[in-house]
Amino acid sequence: MLLALLVLALMAAILAAPLAARTIARRRAESSKRRRIPRAAPISYDPGRERRAEQRARELLRSCVNDEEWGMYRDLGFIRVAGRHRPAGRRSTDARGTEGRGTGAVPDPNAVPDPEATGSVARTGEPPYAYLVYPHKPILAYVPATAQLLSEYCVEFPDISGSGATRLPASDDVLAKWMALTSDENRVIGRANMHLVGRQLDPARVRRDLWRLSEWERRRGTQDSIRIRRA
Amino acid sequence: MKPGHGEVLLTEGDRRVREDEERLVAEFRRQLDEGMWAAVPTENPGSGRREAEMVRDYSEIPPEAERVIFFPRAAGG
Repeated sequence: MLLALLVLALMAAILAAPLAARTIARRRAESSKRRRIPRAAPISYDPGRERRAEQRARELLRSCVNDEEWGMYRDLGFIRVAGRHRPAGRRSTDARGTEGRGTGAVPDPNAVPDPEATGSVARTGEPPYAYLVYPHKPILAYVPATAQLLSEYCVEFPDISGSGATRLPASDDVLAKWMALTSDENRVIGRANMHLVGRQLDPARVRRDLWRLSEWERRRGTQDSIRIRRA
Repeated sequence: MKPGHGEVLLTEGDRRVREDEERLVAEFRRQLDEGMWAAVPTENPGSGRREAEMVRDYSEIPPEAERVIFFPRAAGG
């Protein structure tokens, strides 16, 4: 009798084994899935976090750039930065920052058309070229005197810390370009990929932005502001 | 500057205090070792124009600088 009960119990255990194995496997999979969720969370897109980051970035940008540049960014969505290189004979002697790796080269001031020769009026003290800095778009070089578009410099500031997100907030991207251009133009332009205007930026839209900029300056009565910057 | 965060305060201190300066130097080096660029916002005392100055070593930080901003290195886009 005892032997029969033991055999019966053994058979029941053998029959129940596959069911128990499946249950254990399912629970392990669920447990593993639950553990993975917190690790995946940091790279998920959080609109609230991005909005707060952008708000902090705007405050930082505002605290660093000039009032005119901040107003330009706030009203127009981009910042103009004057080129540092002067035509031959007046070229800067600062030789730092020549470790460029991209295809970019700063616009040659000597190659910029003479505004007088092209029929436009040369304004004293105006830089031979300038940049328009857009968030998450290439830097655009142009001639302020003639509004001639020169080239676009594709550059980005990718996060290499591996924290998940890779793009800076828009205002941080503008500030990074502004700091790089005003401190070491050669280095940032040297790392950029240079293209003719039109690869990423729409020339018609850029010309409209230049017109918006001139209207914005006219309204503010700061037609000569760019001269002050170069003083 | 950090993606998804914006401005993040890494550390702060008084450069004239030895312990603070050691901490500031250590953080400065750590950021550069991680591949960041460092810049100091400056203001021209004559014209009042604001610009930035790239610094590659702690000793290059102007004495009057109130902050150093670290941001990812530029790369061709």
